[in-house]
Amino acid sequence: GPLSERPLMEVRLGELHTWISTCNFSPQGLLGAVQRAWSSYCAKYIHVKQGGPAGISMLLAGYCLLSYGWNYQHFSKTSYISGI
Amino acid sequence: VLHTTRPLHTTQQSLAPVPPLPEKGGEVRHGVIPEEFFQFLYPKTGVTGPYMLGTGLLLYFLSKEIYVVNHETAAAACILTVIVYAIKKFGPDVAAFADKLNEEKVATAQAMKDEAMQSLQTAIEQEKKEQWRAEGRSYLFDAKRNNIAMLLEANYRERLLTVYNEVKKRLDYQVAMQTLKRQKEQDHMIQWVEKNVIQSITPQQQKESIAKCILDLKALSKSAHAAV
Repeated sequence: GPLSERPLMEVRLGELHTWISTCNFSPQGLLGAVQRAWSSYCAKYIHVKQGGPAGISMLLAGYCLLSYGWNYQHFSKTSYISGI
Repeated sequence: VLHTTRPLHTTQQSLAPVPPLPEKGGEVRHGVIPEEFFQFLYPKTGVTGPYMLGTGLLLYFLSKEIYVVNHETAAAACILTVIVYAIKKFGPDVAAFADKLNEEKVATAQAMKDEAMQSLQTAIEQEKKEQWRAEGRSYLFDAKRNNIAMLLEANYRERLLTVYNEVKKRLDYQVAMQTLKRQKEQDHMIQWVEKNVIQSITPQQQKESIAKCILDLKALSKSAHAAV
């Protein structure tokens, strides 16, 4: 199909530049993109007849990674050489 | 207003009936990595490629202290062990329970649908019966027509009888009037004749008639004596 309507997973590496240029970066566009991503994730892993732990475990893992990234400054400064 | 020339249901998307949910979700390996990643790397690196990539990344993060090992690492390890053990042990039971709940929901919905279908079916049969009943309307109308004809006939005859009675009463009255008049005339005439006759008998005539009667009686008695 045409380039601007393909989802990110179906865009080849060489066309990535042009694809990003056709993206809609206004607030509505970004909101729409977030909504589409969330609804496709839900439809694939959560709204199924027999889902396993995969649906929430991936969300939890993503949350762990994000919180690690936000608190990295704090981790890296903690010293373990405390009462010498 | 519904324009009958407008085509209906021409687009693919329609809200009902909703397509059923897929049976199984997307494949995920080890609980956190989607299968698509392994498939993505398979053509170039084979089966062990993603694992080598994971090991290399892990060692890199550890050695460069991008991932810091501290007390939280131990806590995370313990928690992860417990979670994996719980999922492996209680997973199937929870899955069976959830499936049972789903089954019940589907069963109630199906029961409602069947009930609705059944009621509609009985409604259709009753409708057909009513249509069959309506076919007998010609008999009904014939009976009603007969009833009305009889009513009209009875009414007509009643009125005919009334007319006859009324006319007879009037004619009887006229006849009675005439008889009465004639009778009155007769009586009056008789009375008038009697009165005039009695008036015309003068005392002179009365004496002469009495004397003649006595003579006649004597003659009669003589002839009677002679007969005896």
